[in-house]
Amino acid sequence: MNFGVIAEYMPLYTEAFFLTIKIGWIGIAISFVLGIAVAFIMHFKIPVLSAISKAYIELFRNTPLLIQLFFLYFGLPKIGINISAEVCGALGLGLLGGSYMAETIRSGLDAVPKSQTESGKALGMKPLLIFKDIILPQAFATSVPGLLANIIFLLKETSVFSAISLMDLMFTAKDLIGLYYNTTECLVMLVIFYIIMLLPVSLIGSRVEKRVRYKMFGA
Amino acid sequence: MGFDVLLKGSNMSRLLGGLGISLEISLISVVISIVLGVGVGMLMTVNNRAVKAVTRVYLEIVRIMPQMVLLFIVYFGATKAMGLNLSAEASAIIVFSFWGVAEMADLVRGSLLSIPVIQYESSKALGFSKLQTYIYIIIPQIVRRMIPLSINLITRMIKTTSLVMMIGIVEVLKVGQQIIEANRKSSPNAAFGVFATIFILYFLACWPISCLSKYLEKKWS
Repeated sequence: MNFGVIAEYMPLYTEAFFLTIKIGWIGIAISFVLGIAVAFIMHFKIPVLSAISKAYIELFRNTPLLIQLFFLYFGLPKIGINISAEVCGALGLGLLGGSYMAETIRSGLDAVPKSQTESGKALGMKPLLIFKDIILPQAFATSVPGLLANIIFLLKETSVFSAISLMDLMFTAKDLIGLYYNTTECLVMLVIFYIIMLLPVSLIGSRVEKRVRYKMFGA
Repeated sequence: MGFDVLLKGSNMSRLLGGLGISLEISLISVVISIVLGVGVGMLMTVNNRAVKAVTRVYLEIVRIMPQMVLLFIVYFGATKAMGLNLSAEASAIIVFSFWGVAEMADLVRGSLLSIPVIQYESSKALGFSKLQTYIYIIIPQIVRRMIPLSINLITRMIKTTSLVMMIGIVEVLKVGQQIIEANRKSSPNAAFGVFATIFILYFLACWPISCLSKYLEKKWS
């Protein structure tokens, strides 16, 4: 292990790290917005839109991000739609994540017993109020562990960005290995940066999961 | 639109052959993952500090390390650090099994923990031995929970194996790129058609399996 090399590569890695985080979290934000919209559409069974949402979820949950990105980045320009690599990464991650988020939120909404809505009605609450004050908080509580797992999954998927020559961590490592052949140093730095990026989220995830389990099973 | 390229010569069958390679790698990894994962998952519920610590670290590594990073570590790192010369296919299978075993073990652990304590206590009260408790009471209950989840692991494995292209295995995506390159002059728009086709191919490979998993989950819950 050569620490001089590590110090030399540090600025390149930090730059890539922030780019990865930036695009990753923009993608996650898109996936949340998309996921909530799609989940609501499916929960309220809005005609036509509901069918489209279902097709969208199935299509994106059953294909790998790498293929989706290749299609967006190399395929679409051929029919006149040009997207930059960064936008493509965020959009691809958002579309993939949206389908996962939608599924998690929808199952949270469906998990709230029907008697809750009925009780609300019996108390004379308006449908909107029932949804906002009774259904949503309960659905949210059951969805949280799944949502956090999705966030971890999406942050991990950012490593695929390197395939569309976005200068992320993976790309930087691959590039440096190819140029100078300091394989060990490059890989160690890669691992450390991914740990910095993901360990906090993962630890929060396990804690939340434990608390939810405690609430549900009491053990 | 570039779909015509696929009808030329043996392009479509080459593409399908590439998909076959991805599926083969995923299938081998899934089998290894399920077999070893069940064992590791049961090990995780053992009340032993050392075992718990080791399995936790293992799970956490798999949980936060992107599979692509693991792939690079095994394929490029192991060669340099230990002088091991692994073929790309072998490293892919090692990495995906390493990942799959942890996923499977976590599912097994989750299902074991979801069995209420009362089940264990009742069987103890009825005089079952520990082994008998597992064979007659716990395992039949978790198998129903496990089968849909393991089937789901297959689709995730198929999706993840698309990454092997990055360590130089010639699978469906690589074949697609070769086809596009070879026909650059005659059909410049091939990229759209070829990548759209690969997109659909992956969907067709994974969707039926997802449906089966969902169906079984609904039926047995």
